[in-house]
Amino acid sequence: MAIDENTVRRVAHLARLALPEERVAPMAAELNGILAWIEQLGEVDVEGVEPMTSAVAVALPMRDDVVTDGGAPVRVLANAPKSEDGFFVVPKVVE
Amino acid sequence: MTALDVRTARKDQLIEGATGPWEVVIGMEVHAQVLSQSKLFSGASAAYGGAPNAHVSLVDAAMPGMLPVINRKCVEQAVRTGLGLNAQINLFSRFDRKNYFYPDLPQGYQISQYKEPIVGEGEIEVEVEGADPIIVRIERIHLEQDAGKSIHDLSPTETFVDLNRAGVALMEIVSRPDIRSAKEAAAYLTKLRAIVRALGTCDGNMDEGSMRADVNVSVRRPGEEFGTRCEIKNVNSMRFVAQAVEYEARRQIAILEEGGTIRQETRLFNATTGETRALRSKEDAPDYRYFPDPDLLPLVLDPAWVEAIRATLPELPDAKKKRFVEGYGLSAYDAGVLAGDAEAAAYYEEVAKGRDPKLAANWVTQELFGALNKLGRDLKDSPISAAQLGGLVALISDGTISGKIAKDVFAKMLETGEDPDVIVKREGLVQISDVGAIEAAIDALIAANADKVAEVREKPKAFGWWVGQAMKATGGKANPALVNEVLKKKLGV
Repeated sequence: MAIDENTVRRVAHLARLALPEERVAPMAAELNGILAWIEQLGEVDVEGVEPMTSAVAVALPMRDDVVTDGGAPVRVLANAPKSEDGFFVVPKVVE
Repeated sequence: MTALDVRTARKDQLIEGATGPWEVVIGMEVHAQVLSQSKLFSGASAAYGGAPNAHVSLVDAAMPGMLPVINRKCVEQAVRTGLGLNAQINLFSRFDRKNYFYPDLPQGYQISQYKEPIVGEGEIEVEVEGADPIIVRIERIHLEQDAGKSIHDLSPTETFVDLNRAGVALMEIVSRPDIRSAKEAAAYLTKLRAIVRALGTCDGNMDEGSMRADVNVSVRRPGEEFGTRCEIKNVNSMRFVAQAVEYEARRQIAILEEGGTIRQETRLFNATTGETRALRSKEDAPDYRYFPDPDLLPLVLDPAWVEAIRATLPELPDAKKKRFVEGYGLSAYDAGVLAGDAEAAAYYEEVAKGRDPKLAANWVTQELFGALNKLGRDLKDSPISAAQLGGLVALISDGTISGKIAKDVFAKMLETGEDPDVIVKREGLVQISDVGAIEAAIDALIAANADKVAEVREKPKAFGWWVGQAMKATGGKANPALVNEVLKKKLGV
């Protein structure tokens, strides 16, 4: 799969990354290099092999339904650039 | 491959346009908040409300290095819901990341189940008022995280974010496009709500957003290919669902009849105007770039655990309704109303215990529900307990008071919360069933109205006047059946 420059711009936008225009072409080349490297895996015959979903063969551990956390809005908000009355405050985002 | 199109609307469900009849096709995605103490992947409280950001762990706030650990109860609740919807339980499921940016989603992705949900296909029977029940197929149920809340009106230039809801477990219940009218859509949501409430997996509190529906609506010529659909987001009451479908179907028909085409888009319902408006079209639809969440292993369920959950399922509304019809002789309608709500059903059964079940049903569904409605109160805050209302029914059944007096006693119970027998005794309301006393009252009545005796013999309709007078003379306490009997004998009619 080849990545063109428009795809690079689109992925950067989706990831909210500011990618200067002069970086677009080199980035496409780099991504294509990485993908070509991964494409080598296509040479392996996986006929009849179950897809691997995890590197560790254990089931998902579960916890009991008890409240063990929360009640510390000050801690939650500690790194917020701006907060007020216990809320995070961000630039207006109305669709 | 599952057939998508399995129903054609009845003739009376079609919408008549300028160019002929149209059929509405509806599928729904219902988000139901899982009833649990803590969140899906963190130990913060899942309770509604709370001071801003008070129910938030560092996992919910997506601080670096925090890892999700799944809540066993939430998994159990999803399985329980699946079993209640007669659905397949997938012993292997897994979690994916649904990526998008919004300030109330600090992770930058929602943990959801995309490819392999915990619950697969099922179906429910939906009662529709005045029509035969319909079958609505369930496509899947998956577990996912709720987002936080953005508040846009506290400042003209800023958005305030509260993450208390962020990470709370939701079940998304996806139906097949088997619904064919606004009424059916509302009935489906009503039934789903009754089932999850009976199961105890969601409180169904629509005012608090515990249940909300995304409604997919399209129109077509009857029985032809499906049309292009629009999705109406976050509709939060049965009435709004019906209104949104009604409006949206007519909007689409108007466009098609003018030769236009429907754009697949997401729309918002405005409860004030009853209209829907475009939120975003498919061209700028978000690209979620789902991929398996590397922080979470696959969710593998032990079949024995699933069976253990199945063994604890309560009686569901359908089974309860059947039992009310067969066991108590209630009408299908009354049985449906009572069985559809777990609290109402429990209340009714206590009232009916050892008493006339039909009379009990009348008092619960008509008098009590009517009165609560007027007071704007829920059954759980009823001033009259089930035991007290049962007592009143017993007093009517054993002839202590008449049905008419019972209504007065009921009104007093509502006001004071007193037991019915206390009120009846204090106010001397015991029904007069002593024939001698009734005869004496009627003799006096006849003596005072001798001129009317001849009249009633010619005009049988005048009899009602005599009954009224006799009841009045006894303060409404005379046994009406006895009054009738004695009057007929004495007046010779």
